Amino acid sequence: MQEKLIQIEQEPPRGDWRDPHVEFHKGAMCYSAAAKNLTYLGLPNPRTWQPTDSNWKLPPDWKKIILAGMKERLKKYRSFRLFMDICVRCGACADKCQFYLGSADPKNMPVARAELMRSIYRRYFTLTGRIFGSLAGGRELTEDVIKEWYSYYYQCTECRRCSVYCPYGIDTAEITMMGRELLTLIGCNINWVMEPVANCYRTGNHLGIQPHGFKDSIDFAANEASEITGLKIEAPINRKGAEVLFVMPSADYFATPHYYTLLGYLMLFHQIGLDYTVSAYASEGGNFGFFASHELMKRLNAKIYDEAKRLGVKWILGGECGHMWRVLHQYMDTMNGPADFLEVPVSPFTGTVFENARSTKMVHICEFTADLIHHGKLKLDPSRNDHWRVTYHDSCNPARGMGLLEEPRYILHQVSRRFHEMPENTIREQTFCCGSGAGLGTDENLEVRLRGGFPRANAVRYVKQKHGVNLLTCICAIDKATLPTLLEYWVPGVEVGGVHELVGNALVMTGEKERTTDLRGEPLASAALPASGEMEAVHA
Amino acid sequence: MSALYSLLAVLALVAAGLEGGRTGAGRDALTLIVPYAAFTIFLAGFCVRVLRWAWAPVPFHIPTTCGQQKSLPWIRQAKVDNPSSKWGVLARMAAEILLFRSLFRNNRARMAEKRLILGESKFLWLGALAFHWALLLILLRHLRLFIQPVPAWVNGLERLDGFLQIGAPQLYISDVILLAALAYLLYRRFRDPAVRYISLFTDYFALFLLLAIAVSGVLMRYFVRVDVLSVKQFALSLAAFRPVDLRALSPLFLAHLLLVCTLAAYLPFSKLMHMGGIFLSPTRNLANDSRRKRHINPWNYPVKKHTYAEWEEEFHDKLVAAGIPLEDEDAGKAHTD
Repeated sequence: MQEKLIQIEQEPPRGDWRDPHVEFHKGAMCYSAAAKNLTYLGLPNPRTWQPTDSNWKLPPDWKKIILAGMKERLKKYRSFRLFMDICVRCGACADKCQFYLGSADPKNMPVARAELMRSIYRRYFTLTGRIFGSLAGGRELTEDVIKEWYSYYYQCTECRRCSVYCPYGIDTAEITMMGRELLTLIGCNINWVMEPVANCYRTGNHLGIQPHGFKDSIDFAANEASEITGLKIEAPINRKGAEVLFVMPSADYFATPHYYTLLGYLMLFHQIGLDYTVSAYASEGGNFGFFASHELMKRLNAKIYDEAKRLGVKWILGGECGHMWRVLHQYMDTMNGPADFLEVPVSPFTGTVFENARSTKMVHICEFTADLIHHGKLKLDPSRNDHWRVTYHDSCNPARGMGLLEEPRYILHQVSRRFHEMPENTIREQTFCCGSGAGLGTDENLEVRLRGGFPRANAVRYVKQKHGVNLLTCICAIDKATLPTLLEYWVPGVEVGGVHELVGNALVMTGEKERTTDLRGEPLASAALPASGEMEAVHA
Repeated sequence: MSALYSLLAVLALVAAGLEGGRTGAGRDALTLIVPYAAFTIFLAGFCVRVLRWAWAPVPFHIPTTCGQQKSLPWIRQAKVDNPSSKWGVLARMAAEILLFRSLFRNNRARMAEKRLILGESKFLWLGALAFHWALLLILLRHLRLFIQPVPAWVNGLERLDGFLQIGAPQLYISDVILLAALAYLLYRRFRDPAVRYISLFTDYFALFLLLAIAVSGVLMRYFVRVDVLSVKQFALSLAAFRPVDLRALSPLFLAHLLLVCTLAAYLPFSKLMHMGGIFLSPTRNLANDSRRKRHINPWNYPVKKHTYAEWEEEFHDKLVAAGIPLEDEDAGKAHTD
């Protein structure tokens, strides 16, 4: 069945990349952003159009706008200017991109994706390009180039895998971000990015859930956690004076399998007695603004510090999410800091000072939990996860934009007894993307996603066949939303879950009733499995 | 096509060098005007390019982290691949610049029976590293032509380079390595379909130019002997800004000189500027400490926000109905009354 749908082939690239013509076809493209979303955000050129239209209704002076936009960004970002200049086209990045591996479309090689922009840069901003034109690698900026940019800058998940291998650290994410910013200037956005941005700007979260809906979801989860454990678990909302503000991606309280991770958080916080609150105003940790422009990223991100200040908390704890953590780790303090109204984060249970978050004052839940476990503050029964054979997918941004590699692994080793790593060059900083990040995770784009996700699925298939792995854990909301589809297609029989879902399963809580099911309501396998024996090879 | 054009361009340069010395005016141009012009363009161009990068700010802290971060004290940090201190960054940059650390990670992906296989692939790393180190060694060896007396360390380098003691004149290993590495890089550019697809005129031009320089140099040393004394006299006079016209300079030397001058003058306008750019790459030369220390964006500007007050006003009734606390509790009560 699957062979008929998509054939992954590798064939030598043909043709000339300088020809900008692109065919858009349904199933392998993202729809344009609805006018209402651009209007709400005050962005240029809101209109009704689709990429398949021949007339994209660009503003009359679109070329001037793009060139002026490039000029401005070349002055403002060293990364942009440098990455336009120093590529030697060695091709080390070519077969590192999951979209190239999955599609065999040569313009999906990171170097080619960047050349789409570099050729314009050379033609209009360098002496040799202005004089020698195409001989110096220059290209004319035409409407076809804009369409090509739209196609290829929305076939990149800004995962930065290529930048790990580049001898100069050229980061295609930077180039894609610039490409998308420039496209934003003339209103060429995709709806899967702009609708969440508009929603988040208005209601506080990507899904557009209004405060009462937010409360319903959180209460529902708290009730379910209470039912599972027989304890009275509550989750305070907008509570002033709490010690910690907890921020998570909105999918955690509105989608599965994220939801089980939320149950895990709530149970953990209850068990340790964390003095915390969630916020209905800052009810989104993720940041789709990041996928359109630096300015939109800042506009959405601002609410986290603003809310922390308003509620008077001491520090902020962040849930499992990928690009959310890239923004929090590398951008938030610079954009919306300094957070001098907060205190340096200290774990109230272990006394650990999170020195690495001294300025930003925001701690990753995996850092927090790993610290708790290391200090023996949690009683864990890993046998409650024995029905899972677990592997761990390093989500791109925490891996390559942060280096959060061992904390989740440490937790997983403590809460499960059957853990198997995927092959070395597909994990940690070399991890493959799910193929749906950076706003591409929409169903209309399914072919691109399945192709881009193939290398990841390929590695999952390996551990499934070798070790019988049936659960892929990860710490990213987009992973959790899109990997189930991907695995159903490529590796049926492997589920997707969060690290704190397994924490919730294994957590022995004071006064809890005996658990017979896991957080998903599936029966536990602990009775069936011997306590030791086949475990020795597992943690290799 | 671009490969052919660039080969023709380099051959034209070689021909100009070989033939240019036949007339007096041509000799003057090749031995006086071209070297100084090329040197000036190189210096000025190189500085301008580097300064333009340096003047552009680094608004955000964007290192690509390639190992474990520094977080909890009991978790072992990858101090070089994910540095958190200046020393770590220094080590990371040294590894990049001297050993091509990132290129060393290279692997090769291929499909086999509907599976993706990731295999070892170190040849690009080896070829690139061999080329760059050999070139550096050769450049340093050339200092013997520009400095009198020849510094002891240059003589030492020569002895090291010629330690195989094969032939007379002694064979330099760096010459062999340089030619082999260049040949491999060129072969790869032709042979690898992905690399050929993205290769531009400038990519081939740089390779052919370097190859022509290397070949002409090797010819002069091992096969068509030139009068080294007059070459040195010429080089010293250039370096001292007292150029002398020397009839003894052979056409082959003039071609070599013209090619080198072309390379120097071309460098600031080309991708070869990566030699300066690598030092400034913000994904490599920043410590991963953006949560510990605040990175400043010099052009950070205020943006339009949807404030809590606006949000509360918009959803006021729903907040009250859901029992979510308001900013001002009394105002909430008054409203429900």
